Amino acid sequence: MGNDILVLVEHHAGAVHDSAAELLGKARELAGATGGQAVAVLLHDGWGDTHASALPADRVLSVEHTAFANFLPEAYVIALEAILRDRDPRLTLIANTTVGMDLAGSLSARMSSPLVAYCVDLAIDGDVVVATSQVFGGKLNAEVELPSGIASVVAGAFPPAEGGGAPEVEAVAPMAGLDSLSMTFLGRIEPETSDVDITAEEILISVGRGIGGEENVELAQELADALGGVVSASRPVADAGWLPKTRQVGKSGRKVTPRLYIACGISGAPEHLEGMRDAELIIAINTDEKAPIFDVAHFGTTEDLFDILPALTERIEAATSVA
Amino acid sequence: MHIVVPMKQTVDLVEELELNDEGTDIEREYLTFVSNEWDEQALEEALLLKEAGGGTTVTVIGLDETDVDQTLFAALAKGADRAIKLSGDFEGGITSHQRAAILAEVVGGLDADVVLIGVQSPEDLDGQTGVLLAGLLGRPHVSVAIAVEPHDAGVKVTQEFGAGVVHEIAVTGPAVVGVQAARQAPRYVAISRVRQAMQSGGLEVMDAPDSSGDAGGLTIRRLYAPEMSSQAEMLSGDAEDIAGRLAQIIADRGLVKA
Ligand SMILES: Cc1cc2nc3c(=O)[nH]c(=O)nc-3n(C[C@H](O)[C@H](O)[C@H](O)COP(=O)(O)OP(=O)(O)OC[C@H]3O[C@@H](n4cnc5c(N)ncnc54)[C@H](O)[C@@H]3O)c2cc1C
Ligand SMILES: Nc1ncnc2c1ncn2[C@@H]1O[C@H](COP(=O)(O)O)[C@@H](O)[C@H]1O
Repeated sequence: MGNDILVLVEHHAGAVHDSAAELLGKARELAGATGGQAVAVLLHDGWGDTHASALPADRVLSVEHTAFANFLPEAYVIALEAILRDRDPRLTLIANTTVGMDLAGSLSARMSSPLVAYCVDLAIDGDVVVATSQVFGGKLNAEVELPSGIASVVAGAFPPAEGGGAPEVEAVAPMAGLDSLSMTFLGRIEPETSDVDITAEEILISVGRGIGGEENVELAQELADALGGVVSASRPVADAGWLPKTRQVGKSGRKVTPRLYIACGISGAPEHLEGMRDAELIIAINTDEKAPIFDVAHFGTTEDLFDILPALTERIEAATSVA
Repeated sequence: MHIVVPMKQTVDLVEELELNDEGTDIEREYLTFVSNEWDEQALEEALLLKEAGGGTTVTVIGLDETDVDQTLFAALAKGADRAIKLSGDFEGGITSHQRAAILAEVVGGLDADVVLIGVQSPEDLDGQTGVLLAGLLGRPHVSVAIAVEPHDAGVKVTQEFGAGVVHEIAVTGPAVVGVQAARQAPRYVAISRVRQAMQSGGLEVMDAPDSSGDAGGLTIRRLYAPEMSSQAEMLSGDAEDIAGRLAQIIADRGLVKA
């Protein structure tokens, strides 16, 4: 087993994803402890070489092939498995994005290499890696040890690397399997933008599964109307069609930073927190006092949202009609 | 097309999670277990594919975990063709690697064209079962799918990225798809229909293959509740008092436009 810390550089539509700087920053720190290098892996179809030399890494492994024009899990797995077998790093860091959720487990199984998912902290302790992972919807953390392996890292867990680097860029020959894939990329589709843009709103009244049904969304709408805000939602509410997908806050929805975010019946899963934890003022209404939403909220109540929402709307309406 | 949907019983997150004496796992004995919500999404997508015709059949598989019968019979009542329960001792919980190893053996013998499985479960410390299964089977996979539709000789998978961006990928040959959401909300099935399914039986029971192999290679030092990073100030009193306090807090920030 080697001492290097490998980082998969995620990129989309010609832009390096924010996660790369976060993972490389941590990789440099860990490589300092193991005595290895922070090695970035960049799989691309030609544009990558100009980006490679700007990455904050000690070394960049650059593989160029047309199969990397867009993210194709099969192509990525073939390339990464070959690289991991060849370089035998101590640890491989992959962002816990769609890309990471697709690749990390598959690589772990193919290589019989341990995997820590939903990782929020990493350290080297003697000859083991110590990782902290979010489990049970963020209700608990797990601290685990592994000799070496793969970690899929939650967005925002580590600060981005400061400054660039002067990495040595090493071209790696494309792997044979890349020419005979069973997958074809058909297209990339950007979201429609006909609805309100929740990222531009100052006040969001956000509803989760605790709202119970589409017919109750009105209660949040009334408060939003009183405050001049709009209603947003957690993923299950959008999936159920109770509100449009454009209103979804979180990892696979929008990242919002309003002046006021009122979370109603939202448990605060890590994927949701990712999208709203930087809001200026967060108020959470949730009957479960252990709900992780209270970890990021400034004010909270465990009273029933069906009692709080109408009462609060009434107060706000009274205050606004005074003038 | 033959679709296999592995289904997992997972802890109901609304419940209070207590730790065992060693602090290395949750105390599972008195918890309520529910069908993993993402597996329910995978089942729905499978049923939609079946309804699209072409002789598609759906097999659901579950390990003998608390209340799995309920989940499997509900799947039959919703339209699955076959339900298999793998018996074994799983009450103490197993890792995703062990689950994937069990499924790999069974799914390998079922001649599945596509495995649809929930993208994750709340207990995936050592990774998500679907992609681990794909890796063990050496099959291509696409995870975080929000639609799986027939396409030429295989399927077209819509893979979701952040902020509403999606990719469409065509896959030929046997594949594993991790489902984030079905094209429509999972259908409802009346309890009476689940009971009917129970009465007509139809649950195949098999011994689970040995899962004592690779458990994933993680040693758990401890589980703990994360420290509150910003410690919410909890408001007490009745709903009226709290609404009053909240209105004041909001007004103090200049957010109430008179
Ligand atoms: C790849 C991926 C991406 C994801 N992306 C997102 C995303 O972008 N956004 C997102 O939100 N989720 C996302 N999720 C889903 C996420 O994991 C959670 O499942 C989801 O956030 C839970 O939504 P919820 O809080 O509304 O529901 P639940 O977790 O079911 O919580 C409902 C809450 O309501 C409370 N409640 C119930 N009744 C009342 C009442 N009367 N009064 C007050 N409180 C009540 C309960 O105590 C509970 O805490 C993603 C998951 C995956 C796998
Ligand atoms: N139509 C609905 N009305 C109310 N709650 C729902 C509805 N559909 C799903 N849910 C919620 O979704 C979760 C899972 O539902 P179930 O599949 O019935 O266990 C529960 O917490 C329900 O509250």
